Amino acid sequence: MTIINVENLGKKYVIGHQGREKYNTLRDTISSGFKKVGSLFSRQNTEPNGEQTFEDFWALNDVSFDVGEGDSIGIIGRNGAGKSTLLKILSRITEPTTGKITIKGRVASLLEVGTGFHPELTGRENIFLNGVILGMSRTEVKKKFDEIVDYSEIEKFLDTPVKRYSSGMYVRLAFAVAAHLEPEILIVDEVLAVGDASFQKKCLGKMENVGKEGRTVLFVSHQMSSITRLCKKVILLDGGKIFKYGPADQVVKCYLNSGIGTSARRKWDDPAKAPGNEIVKLREARVILEDGSVTESADIRKSVGVEIEYEVFKDGQTLVPNFHFYNEEGICVFISIDQNTEWRHKARPIGKYISTAWIPGNFLAEGTFIVGIAISTLNPVIIHFYERDAVAFQIIDSLEGNSARGDYAGPMPGVVRPLLNWKTRLSEN
Amino acid sequence: MSTNQPEVIHVIEAGKTEITYWKDLWKFRELFYFLSWRDILVRYKQTAIGVAWSLLRPLMTMIVFTIVFGKIAKLPSDGAPYPIMVFAAMLPWQFFSNAISECSNSLIGNSNLISKVYFPRLIIPTSTVIVCAVDFAISFVLMLGLMAWYGFVPSVNIFALPLLFFLVTVTAIGPGLWLCALNVEYRDFRFIVPFMVQLGLFVSPVGFSSSIIPEKWRLIYSINPMVGVIEGFRWAIIGNESKLNTDVISISVVISLALLFSGIWYFRKTEKTFADLI
Repeated sequence: MTIINVENLGKKYVIGHQGREKYNTLRDTISSGFKKVGSLFSRQNTEPNGEQTFEDFWALNDVSFDVGEGDSIGIIGRNGAGKSTLLKILSRITEPTTGKITIKGRVASLLEVGTGFHPELTGRENIFLNGVILGMSRTEVKKKFDEIVDYSEIEKFLDTPVKRYSSGMYVRLAFAVAAHLEPEILIVDEVLAVGDASFQKKCLGKMENVGKEGRTVLFVSHQMSSITRLCKKVILLDGGKIFKYGPADQVVKCYLNSGIGTSARRKWDDPAKAPGNEIVKLREARVILEDGSVTESADIRKSVGVEIEYEVFKDGQTLVPNFHFYNEEGICVFISIDQNTEWRHKARPIGKYISTAWIPGNFLAEGTFIVGIAISTLNPVIIHFYERDAVAFQIIDSLEGNSARGDYAGPMPGVVRPLLNWKTRLSEN
Repeated sequence: MSTNQPEVIHVIEAGKTEITYWKDLWKFRELFYFLSWRDILVRYKQTAIGVAWSLLRPLMTMIVFTIVFGKIAKLPSDGAPYPIMVFAAMLPWQFFSNAISECSNSLIGNSNLISKVYFPRLIIPTSTVIVCAVDFAISFVLMLGLMAWYGFVPSVNIFALPLLFFLVTVTAIGPGLWLCALNVEYRDFRFIVPFMVQLGLFVSPVGFSSSIIPEKWRLIYSINPMVGVIEGFRWAIIGNESKLNTDVISISVVISLALLFSGIWYFRKTEKTFADLI
């Protein structure tokens, strides 16, 4: 039985250029109104200078699909593909511009852990508040209250304001409430990017159960391993459109092999397709941990390496590998250029090389990072190749209290999250 | 769970207002209670002088108005002690101004909820009004104390107060809805609202009796819906001598209702874009 039917769904955003703010101010609206009136009277063309230009942007365009009852559907795609927009429309948070969706059953969406938690309220009070916000009735929360408390393991602190909780306790309590929702359809965004390994395991286990109970789950993630574990079918979005919809392993494979997917390891077996020229060609790129193992995600406190294998075909070149790190929003976090003196000004003999750059622990913020890889020659500059979105990895902030977030569990903006050296002294008494 | 419940079907379509909206609003009524409950709890937990604050503000304003208008300007007091006449107006005015300011900031203050979960957004501004009602109740007790102090016996009209309270609530929610929806799109309303409220205190007959307004200007004056509300409150509390001007009250009711319905209309029209703008 079809439980979700989506037809020709589209969502348009209007983006302004010239650094327009997300929201208007009345002042701007009025002054641009006066400008318009003014231009009626004056003959001069006032259009081009200082006018804002607007552009339509379709975050989703002509998306149609069906979801059957009890299906677990994964939604994947690179950043900006429209995943979050799709979830927001399905959760009825925002309205589509075109199209129609028919949903049969109660929907609960978890786009964040602990939505609506208030720091001043106690654990007990927040369980009720959060439960009702997520769509439970008061009697339902009451009925499940003991279960929720058991699951969260915080019974001793039930009557303590949550602002005094450790970050681990906070997240455990928030997830415990969410885990006791019983909707027919559960929509989950990447909430699992927060929390330590054991917490993530608990989340995944719970979601697996929800699927087994015959409920429908829609799940967005960047982690292919959890997608293939949890989902039977996967929707691959690209540029606001459905690129592929089918069995999980097939779609994930397609995502990783095609240019549109990015994983922790990329190999170019066919030299004809490998990035590069007659001088140098890329063979493989991977994200590794200190022990050399390839990884999709790393603890924020540990260093992560980006390693490339490449082959030089022509003698006597000086080559400078450089890596470009972007975050999920497409912001360039930094560029790193090989400064090691060993090969810096030296002509390289023909052969295969391996270069590794290490990013220290406690440096990047949590989230997904996408790496562009290039090898260049300087003076004059020649770019032998630049492979955009070559590999990607995820940084996970631990909630153990010894990373830069300390005991704070809320959202932390910023592209880097260094652990700085703080000092406080009593200067006067 | 799913088997013993009637099947719920949602249709989400571009540009169509949902038919289930008002049903949803009823379904989410518990969220309404809980948001009000949260705001009340937080308010009185956070400020150590929470209750004292809601007593102090109307009391201080009343004292200032009594001195300036009653003692210095020697304005008439409709036969009641001047403080009581002022306080009878402070009750609805305080509620109105609090409700409007709280309403207009409510959506921005709950932006994390709006961008992460669905519920009929009308719940947010209306639930904040409840918190103001608590302050109203506190002020009312203060009013009773003031009457006892002056040995003033209220008229029987006082039984009309619940009805008048309903009127001031409607009068506050209408502009409140307009302002909170406008505030999402035009953030400078944040600065306009406090100014409007401050100005309103002097434009409305709070510190003085509306009997000092010349008769021929009365009806125009009562385009400000708070004029009718305040007159109603004075009539209910002070009684006979300040007689109820039904024309003024009627204009006030019509304007309040017009603001309320247009407010709901504008709110509903812009509601679906809140998550994109906030």
